[in-house]
Amino acid sequence: MPGISREEVAHLAKLARLELKDEELDHFATQLDDIIGAVAAVSDVADEDVPPTSHPLPLTNVMRQDEVTESLTPQQALSGAPAQEQQRFKVPQILGEES
Amino acid sequence: MTVTELVSYDEALASYDPVMGLEVHVELGTRTKMFCGCSTELGAEANSQVCPTCLGLPGALPVVNKAGVESAIRIGLALNCSIADWCRFARKNYFYPDMPKNFQTSQYDEPIAFDGYLDVQLEDGEVFRVEIERAHMEEDTGKSTHVGGATGRIHGASHSLLDYNRAGIPLIEIVTKPIVGAGERAPEVAKAYVAELRELIKALGVSEARMEMGQMRCDVNLSLRPKGTEKFGTRSETKNVNSLRSVERAARFEIQRHAAVLSSGGTIIQETRHFHEDTGSTTSGRVKEEAEDYRYFPEPDLVPVAPSREWVEELRATLPELPRVRRMRLREEWGISAHEMQSVLNAGAVDPIVATVEAGAPADQARKWWMGELARRANEDGVELTALAITPEQVARICALVAEGSLNDKLARQTIEGVLAGEGTPDEVVEKRGLKIVSDEGALGKAVDEAIAGNPDVAEKIRGGKVQAAGALVGAVMKATRGQADAARARQMILERLGVEG
Repeated sequence: MPGISREEVAHLAKLARLELKDEELDHFATQLDDIIGAVAAVSDVADEDVPPTSHPLPLTNVMRQDEVTESLTPQQALSGAPAQEQQRFKVPQILGEES
Repeated sequence: MTVTELVSYDEALASYDPVMGLEVHVELGTRTKMFCGCSTELGAEANSQVCPTCLGLPGALPVVNKAGVESAIRIGLALNCSIADWCRFARKNYFYPDMPKNFQTSQYDEPIAFDGYLDVQLEDGEVFRVEIERAHMEEDTGKSTHVGGATGRIHGASHSLLDYNRAGIPLIEIVTKPIVGAGERAPEVAKAYVAELRELIKALGVSEARMEMGQMRCDVNLSLRPKGTEKFGTRSETKNVNSLRSVERAARFEIQRHAAVLSSGGTIIQETRHFHEDTGSTTSGRVKEEAEDYRYFPEPDLVPVAPSREWVEELRATLPELPRVRRMRLREEWGISAHEMQSVLNAGAVDPIVATVEAGAPADQARKWWMGELARRANEDGVELTALAITPEQVARICALVAEGSLNDKLARQTIEGVLAGEGTPDEVVEKRGLKIVSDEGALGKAVDEAIAGNPDVAEKIRGGKVQAAGALVGAVMKATRGQADAARARQMILERLGVEG
């Protein structure tokens, strides 16, 4: 029976850097479990002759030539950055003290 | 940090059998990034080669660089791999500031190339076959600068600065199958494999593969199993080992460290380790996240790559002579031993010698200068041979000047010195420094007369038939002309003046 446990939701939240309260974990675990269960119904009707689909359109080999196109200016690139320094994106400390 | 007492290398190998896996990342030399048209030119100002796609801005759509796919297929073919007739990109999800998209576009269980091999030759000529698991396409990350900590390290940094010019540059990751059976030669095999792969990548022209510039980076995975057992032990993954010498040292160190842990009853933790050039040792990095933590899934924004067999064969036809085959051919043509050829390869002199021969020099002369005077100079200056300020054409010209008798070896060395010092072409240096061999009758005749006059005893011996004594007078002539005399002509003139037949 497909589904998702509270522990798995907590794990995913950690990977996604989301801080969830206990009641939120309960709430989302129930909701996500329902959603996964509903989507799983597709597997019931899809027989072996229906392969898993990652791309709905029958397209392959969409490629471009190796030709340089215009980039953003550094000012444009950084315009949405919450913080910047030396023309670079400034981000908080990456590793905590446990490392 | 715990310090591990190592066991000696021999002791480690007496009890354990090393198993290695090597992962090499090659940064392709395409003009643009893998999924957008931003330039890959080095040295641009920070964040000047970025666009909505490589910054991961909402709504941006990636499109695959055809040259990147071609390079991947050519690398696969050169490694004797099968080329997938259909494969997809996948998202490797992780949160880390070096990837603004929060995922790296990579390939997961459908690599473009798989099941190949590369034969590598060890220093003593033994050939070892390294099996290739896969070669897949992915993209490079941005460059982080850590601020506030000691010596720019991530530990203790207060914050980090990101330049995304490198984010999205095409990478090919080449993964070996577990390398078993190398025994005590495992570190040597690791080095030889990376060296051969680098030669191959350069020969294909898909990257300059300069390890010191990060264009080629190696991860060394290593485990030990008790001798005589089949099951692999737990591995450690030493990341970003960035020189051939370091690859060998890292493998060697890990063999000794694993053996120490295992033989004292401990267990190896599967973890990332960092190699330190200064000490030749590794230290623990982060504990490895489980593979499923990356939550790979097919990249919905990129359609599958399905190289037609015709295209694959067209690309196969563009493959150059493989480096090992080429070296065997050259060795034959130059008439040198496997050992001598290995020295030429180690010195990075293969291409310079080939170019010098193409410019008209005999192979033995070309090899003599590149492996002698020039290798010595490169070594002194701590640079690659090809970085010396002399071209193969200029070396060929010096060979020609020696062959026609205008220079002897000593003068040729001085000419090389002048060219390296930026004094001009070989002919200009010869002219400016006045290095031409003294062979005109006037100047040489005067030196000969003085040598005879200054050494009457020797002259008398020669007159009496002791022709070999002429060597002493030739020596005097050479000394008087500061080595610039044509020695053969000087000898001839001495004998003529003393009325003796040579």
